[in-house]
Amino acid sequence: MNVLLDNFALFRKGFVGTLELTLASSAIALGIGVLMAGCRVSPVRPLRILGGVWVTVLRNTPLTLLFFAVVLGLPRFGVVLPFFTLAVLALGCYTSAFICEAVRSGINTVPVGQGEAARSLGMNFGRTLSLIVLPQALRAVIPPVGSTLIALAKNTAIAGSFSVVELLGTYRTLNELGYDIVVTFLWIAVGYLIITLSISALFRFLEKRLEVAR
Amino acid sequence: MSTESSALYDVPGPKALARHRTYGWIVTALLVGVLAWVVYKLFDTDQFAYDKWAPFEYVGVQKLLLRGLRNTLQIFAWAAVLSLAFGAVFAAGRLSDHRVVRWVSGLVVEFFRAMPVLVLIFFIFIAMKVEPRLALIAGLTLYNGSVLAEVFRGGVNAVPRGQSEAAYALGMRKTTVMVSILIPQAVRTMLPTIISQLVVTLKDTSLGYLISYEEFLYAGKQIATNLDYSLPFIPVVMVIAPIYIGMCMLLSGLARYLESSGRRRNKTAA
Repeated sequence: MNVLLDNFALFRKGFVGTLELTLASSAIALGIGVLMAGCRVSPVRPLRILGGVWVTVLRNTPLTLLFFAVVLGLPRFGVVLPFFTLAVLALGCYTSAFICEAVRSGINTVPVGQGEAARSLGMNFGRTLSLIVLPQALRAVIPPVGSTLIALAKNTAIAGSFSVVELLGTYRTLNELGYDIVVTFLWIAVGYLIITLSISALFRFLEKRLEVAR
Repeated sequence: MSTESSALYDVPGPKALARHRTYGWIVTALLVGVLAWVVYKLFDTDQFAYDKWAPFEYVGVQKLLLRGLRNTLQIFAWAAVLSLAFGAVFAAGRLSDHRVVRWVSGLVVEFFRAMPVLVLIFFIFIAMKVEPRLALIAGLTLYNGSVLAEVFRGGVNAVPRGQSEAAYALGMRKTTVMVSILIPQAVRTMLPTIISQLVVTLKDTSLGYLISYEEFLYAGKQIATNLDYSLPFIPVVMVIAPIYIGMCMLLSGLARYLESSGRRRNKTAA
């Protein structure tokens, strides 16, 4: 019996689940990450502190613990949401800390003269950052953000153990049905490779597109 | 860096300072509001009720947590040592002169780096029917070892070429060049990255929870899911999270310290 073809629907469901988790969490991670990076370089002290604490705490929290706290803890706390949403929140917030650091070091690669020129034209902090510095930082930020999102895609595997449908979780059903477990894992591995390789191809493409001759 | 003299904004004058202070107060007020809501919710859902915190006074529960913490640290120690060894072997393989060795170690490293570490652990645990403790150590070693192999390779390659050329010109063999010229210099620059990777290893030991290995988080879950203690999920998180985060921050702090001291040393040398 062919493990993949017999259970294609099951694999597809898991694959789509992983894909959805990855996409939704990436959106959250990128949004919060860029926002927090903005906070960390802002002239307002409490915002800087907020960004710093956010990054330090989340970067040093094991993701499994975060899942435990968010998926199992929050409902006891009165915040009842679907497991998928909670998992996306946990993954998104966790990854946002790494995105923030990537963006911040990207901001540091932009030559000081750019910010100075923007200021001398009378731009304030928000405009300097969003119109001048961040667009130029984008180029330096693409590779580290790419590897962060690949790590995110791999981390979605944890969600399977917290009642979310995703690729790794498919082994349970197939194991019960008595399929060859090694082959099952082989196809699961292929599924993850497809996703991670696509992300890295996408980001290599972006890098090429944004490349400029210096 | 981004303190008072940033390229992104002018040194604030009296008006701007007043405005920033206003923003600051608004942000602070919002944060305090969120915090107050959290605390209110905590009381509202009775998270500070006596029967939820009482278990932490029981010697049995304390022993359970300490045993979990010990297991976590043991797993971390094993995985750290083994992955450093794995990384060293495969980095050497990737830097080898023999094409077959280079190719095989490249394949191994790239494969284990591309796999989610949890898939590796589950595969070893379920398909190979290894006991949880060994499965966890093996999975962590394969993944982190492969990442470290790339770090080592990058570090050795980043040593200026003149160093190895000079060593070869003095008649050293490849092994001697590696051991006495390249590796000592590479280790100094790589140390912060290596320790950051060890932080990842420490964080990933909590994956043992998912294969029911009795590590720290699993011990916490055993307390949290106990009906007799009226399911103290939030108290358990409040006890466990600071310990995990504290341990990881200590290691990260060490990495940062080594990085800044390395930078200082390089500056004085140049």
